[in-house]
Amino acid sequence: MAQQVFAYIIHKEGVADDTALEMIAAARKLDPDASVAAVIAGAGAELDAVCRELVSSFSEVWKIDNEALAYVNAEVLRRMLVRILPKDGIVLVPHEHFGMDLAPGLSIMLDAAYLPDAVDFEGVEDGKLKAVREEYTGQVSTHVHCDISQGAVITVRPGSFKADESKSASGKIVDKTAEAMEGGLPGGARRFLEVVEAEVGDVDITKSDVLVSVGRGIEDEDNLEMIFDLAEAMGADISCSRPIVDAKWLEKSRQVGTSGQTVKPKVYMALGISGAFQHVGGIKGAPFIIAINKNPKAPIFQAADVGIVDDILDFIPELTDRINEMKG
Amino acid sequence: MEILVCIKRAPDTSENEIEVNRDGTDIERDDLVYSVNEWDNYAVEEAIQIRDKMGGSVTVVTVGDEDDEEVIRREMAMGADHGILLSDETFKGSDGRGISAILKAEVEKKNYDLILTGAQADDGAGQVGGILAAMLDWPYASLVNFIDVIDDKKIKVGREIAGGNQEMHEIDLPCVLSIQTGINEPRYVGIRGIRKVASLEIPVHTAGDLGIAPESVGESGARTKRLDYFVPELGEGAEILEGSTEEIIDKLLEFLKAKGGIK
Ligand SMILES: Cc1cc2nc3c(=O)[nH]c(=O)nc-3n(C[C@H](O)[C@H](O)[C@H](O)COP(=O)(O)OP(=O)(O)OC[C@H]3O[C@@H](n4cnc5c(N)ncnc54)[C@H](O)[C@@H]3O)c2cc1C
Ligand SMILES: Cc1cc2nc3c(=O)[nH]c(=O)nc-3n(C[C@H](O)[C@H](O)[C@H](O)COP(=O)(O)OP(=O)(O)OC[C@H]3O[C@@H](n4cnc5c(N)ncnc54)[C@H](O)[C@@H]3O)c2cc1C
Repeated sequence: MAQQVFAYIIHKEGVADDTALEMIAAARKLDPDASVAAVIAGAGAELDAVCRELVSSFSEVWKIDNEALAYVNAEVLRRMLVRILPKDGIVLVPHEHFGMDLAPGLSIMLDAAYLPDAVDFEGVEDGKLKAVREEYTGQVSTHVHCDISQGAVITVRPGSFKADESKSASGKIVDKTAEAMEGGLPGGARRFLEVVEAEVGDVDITKSDVLVSVGRGIEDEDNLEMIFDLAEAMGADISCSRPIVDAKWLEKSRQVGTSGQTVKPKVYMALGISGAFQHVGGIKGAPFIIAINKNPKAPIFQAADVGIVDDILDFIPELTDRINEMKG
Repeated sequence: MEILVCIKRAPDTSENEIEVNRDGTDIERDDLVYSVNEWDNYAVEEAIQIRDKMGGSVTVVTVGDEDDEEVIRREMAMGADHGILLSDETFKGSDGRGISAILKAEVEKKNYDLILTGAQADDGAGQVGGILAAMLDWPYASLVNFIDVIDDKKIKVGREIAGGNQEMHEIDLPCVLSIQTGINEPRYVGIRGIRKVASLEIPVHTAGDLGIAPESVGESGARTKRLDYFVPELGEGAEILEGSTEEIIDKLLEFLKAKGGIK
């Protein structure tokens, strides 16, 4: 494959995101001989710190350094990237909240193919990349062909490639700022104002040892009572999946996942939770996971250590009674 | 304010087990319960609330076939003023770019101020909103969980980012936003509401009506193509506890005690 491969690097406070090294692994799977260039935007000393960290992993680090990018606005950056990226390049972007903002439109502006949320690559033949995606929150997978001959923007699911920690490159930093700024600062129709920090809840679930976590399988707000009873019997804190917060049954600070909290308990009990990657992505530190779900094929059983296939509405009250009996 | 909301009919994943059919060409669709994509309900609710405050109208649109009319009616029962079905043989096999190109042609027929999509579809990818915005050369914001209309030229939006934090932007109209769940509480649609719209005529726009070159959409215009469906080789996965409920609870309690799950 003669096309150059780029990896967009997300970073915060001078440190590259975990996905940075996953993008190298993804690029190598795409093309074992690829020399992968990192592309990174930001401002000043924080940006420089990340660049220095990246040169041991990437053959080139393309940086765009501008005060206006101190907080990166995808609408601005997208138009800058179009000025510096070759038309037939392969651009890998992490499939998370920033990548989802940046990438679809970038593909159109580069007139490149768009392949969203890839979890694996299985080779390139006649200009067609064979990739794996998941559908229906991971209940089924698909093989897809993506015609990359005129370039492609591909978002890669965080956590689906194992980070390449070999640090085998001795790359150089290439300052692309002037080229990216040619014609002035673009993207003025969307202006970044501020970041509003999440409200702090009454319980900090990131510090909990034992979490009883409830999902849409609980079906009705009134049924939450049995979750409260179980958690009390176990001495656990209560967390939940996103639909429970969307329905305003529990506060946002109890949501586990990529757009909620990252938790590190010893024991995590997932009740009526399907196991979407955005949920499981918030469970760190290899806890002992118990899943109870009435669907034996629910993806959560892949993440769990112990599974029970049952209706939680029947099972939980019995479990709570037994725990209470045991404790006398 | 003239608002267009893009909607998609999708199998309800919380109601269904999704399984691959025998030859791996599709999912087993016979017993599936369909509804409007979860995210799109929030988008329609938001549009209705903006209209009720600012005036104007809400139009819902989907690219599909006659089966998809039901989701247009459902969202009209919710309160959308108009519904449009974009349907043509040549649209079949469209990828995200194709679907967006078809929607773009419809957008250009009228003067919309605001286009809303869902952040992603239940089987999907989170691509249509961003692609459509770039095709129109309109500003875009994804994962929007807050909208405040400032005036008829600009709005303030909140984007959901990691850790439950929110990124605020001011954005010029017209623009495209992809809506995240939780932005509002979509209203309930009862049988009576559905009945009221049951016999409404839903206009159908074809490739010809929209001036779309057939080779630019559908299978021929697609740069991505789904080859098959499969169930991945599963890892070891969980140890599934079996037996009577009583026996299962015995085993579970042992695990809980061993791992420090009961205090
Ligand atoms: C950008 C983005 C960010 C996101 N961030 C997050 C996040 O931070 N956290 C998060 O959780 N989600 C997040 N999501 C949503 C995520 O994709 C899923 O939609 C969500 O996790 C599903 O929640 P759930 O498992 O509770 O519901 P569902 O997927 O509806 O699953 C319900 C499960 O309960 C089972 N069930 C139903 N009834 C019963 C019963 N009586 N007994 C036992 N089992 C039963 C079903 O078999 C099913 O497996 C995000 C999505 C996007 C697009
Ligand atoms: C890599 C890949 C390959 C594919 N290959 C094929 C294929 O070979 N054949 C095939 O038939 N399909 C294929 N598809 C599916 C097809 O591309 C999708 O139906 C289309 O891209 C839009 O759906 P989505 O689920 O990706 O939407 P998303 O971008 O996830 O949905 C976001 C929002 O876009 C709007 N939206 C989505 N679809 C519509 C619609 N139809 N009408 C109106 N608004 C809509 C809704 O507001 C929705 O909430 C493929 C998809 C991918 C990702």
